Amino acid sequence: MKRDSSIWFDIVNYTIQALFTLLCVYPFYYIFIYSISDPQQALKGVFLLPTGFTIVNYTHIFRLDNMIHSFFISLLRTVIGTVVTIACSSWLAYAVTKNELYFRKTIYRFVVITMYFNAGLIPWYITMKQLGLKNNFMLYILPVAVVAYYVVLLKTFIEQLPQALEESAMMDGAGFFKIFTHVIFPLSMPIIATIAVFASVGQWNTWYDNYFLVSDDRLQTLQLILYNYLTDAQRIVSSSNLQDLNRGLATKISPDSIRITVTMVVTIPVLLVYPFLQRFFVKGLMLGAIKG
Amino acid sequence: MKLKANRVTLFLMVIPFVILVFLFNYIPLFGWLYAFYDYKPGIPLSQTEFVGLKFFRWAIEEKEDLLRVLTNTLALSFLSILASPLSAIFAILLNELNSKRFRKVVQTLTTLPNFISWIIVYSLATFMFSSGGLLNEVLMKLHLIEEPTTILGNSGATWWFQTAITVWKSLGWGAIIYLAAIAGIDTELYDAAKVDGAGRFQRILAITVPGIMPTFFVLLLLNIASVLSNGASGFEQNFVFYNSQVGDKIEALDYYVYRVGIATGDVSFGTAIGIAKTLVSVILLFSMNALSKRVRGHSVF
Repeated sequence: MKRDSSIWFDIVNYTIQALFTLLCVYPFYYIFIYSISDPQQALKGVFLLPTGFTIVNYTHIFRLDNMIHSFFISLLRTVIGTVVTIACSSWLAYAVTKNELYFRKTIYRFVVITMYFNAGLIPWYITMKQLGLKNNFMLYILPVAVVAYYVVLLKTFIEQLPQALEESAMMDGAGFFKIFTHVIFPLSMPIIATIAVFASVGQWNTWYDNYFLVSDDRLQTLQLILYNYLTDAQRIVSSSNLQDLNRGLATKISPDSIRITVTMVVTIPVLLVYPFLQRFFVKGLMLGAIKG
Repeated sequence: MKLKANRVTLFLMVIPFVILVFLFNYIPLFGWLYAFYDYKPGIPLSQTEFVGLKFFRWAIEEKEDLLRVLTNTLALSFLSILASPLSAIFAILLNELNSKRFRKVVQTLTTLPNFISWIIVYSLATFMFSSGGLLNEVLMKLHLIEEPTTILGNSGATWWFQTAITVWKSLGWGAIIYLAAIAGIDTELYDAAKVDGAGRFQRILAITVPGIMPTFFVLLLLNIASVLSNGASGFEQNFVFYNSQVGDKIEALDYYVYRVGIATGDVSFGTAIGIAKTLVSVILLFSMNALSKRVRGHSVF
């Protein structure tokens, strides 16, 4: 049955896929081997294997200004932000599936419309300032508490759950909130997991709110620290910390090693979390896509 | 009686979240007022002069700037629309892989770039492509070039380079939705085609391609509706890759609004441009939706 062209097709196909996969992976591999290479030897070039294995880069970047603190700010916004987003968006999504909700349709439309327009950067900036969210940790949490797209995904999922479960809970005298927390929420785990991945990766990656609205160093996220190190060469070279670090060290740390190691540290959480959760969101996304 | 009380509680428990949506999505719209006043930062809006459409006219008079920015925006969008079939092709190729394990590995690793921030993308790009970066090192060692190339600072290559970066970041992710569409195709069609003696290419062309066409069409329309934002992450990409050498070619509409509105402090002018952009985008979105209704019989949303 198989024709000759099939073999060639397979060869070409596998080659293309392998090459593109390599292209996607290599940059991450490169920063990894560079970050565990000896800073001075790495300057001469790293390609396939680390040169002179060392963890000196890692032990030392955490002595740089603000590094640990920013790491915790990023972590904190990711954890709190994700929990709040899931709690608020899923409760609202459940509520709009209920016919008993007054103004159900209006409320749902009110939320969905926000997917299609936004006021723009400057009005957003002014509003955030007026709401007192400048230099306020809540600026990372409150604006994304209810995300229209997540509400749509959750609502679609909740609607296809069997009605009977809810009815029997209601017979037992449970109110809407109790049904939500004890029946609907646990049953919605596939879509909740999907949204948890999206929301947490989003929180970890977002930097512009930090860039525009935070002047207080104590609220700085890791992403912005990385950006500053990348764009402001001076910051790294003249950093008193770096000079302090190099004093009395056998191997001197280079600015490139610092940048690459910070990049690695910012990337690691995504690398760790993402492959394990991938199967959840592929499934969850497809569930959401059914309705389109 | 019980139900009534329940309904009221339900409603009351939804209000705070509706307020949150209102605060962060609707309140900013009132900021559009700034475009109609001669606003100077620091002075309350009530004490500034109402100037009507002055800033909108101004935007049109500042032709050169706006034309340059619009050209960049449209060029970047057009190239990414041109590249959009790549995800579909990639999904078809993935679907043709016999080895399940290989397929899973490829899919996992190629969606990875979608999940890192633009700052990390920029960082990776710097290490790969800057004058002292890996690419130049390798090319120099192989004696293929004498002088280091400067892709990040080459304004002639900017549009292509930015498109390539976008493709790198989004290709694997974009394929997921097509894989879902392919999974939805009735397998009996393939079996029937096989019995009829259709080869692999024939099956792809006659079954898979038509099967994912509706999905492709919907995504294309959404792409067209967001041309002025040059992609979903237009601003961030623009922002991190901006430098003075490529500024003329890379600066797109959102970055321009940021530059005049926040960096230069021309709040009213920046807002006016932002409004014009939003309005055109919404109009595009609805026309694309109407087009989809007419062509396919049902709407995108």
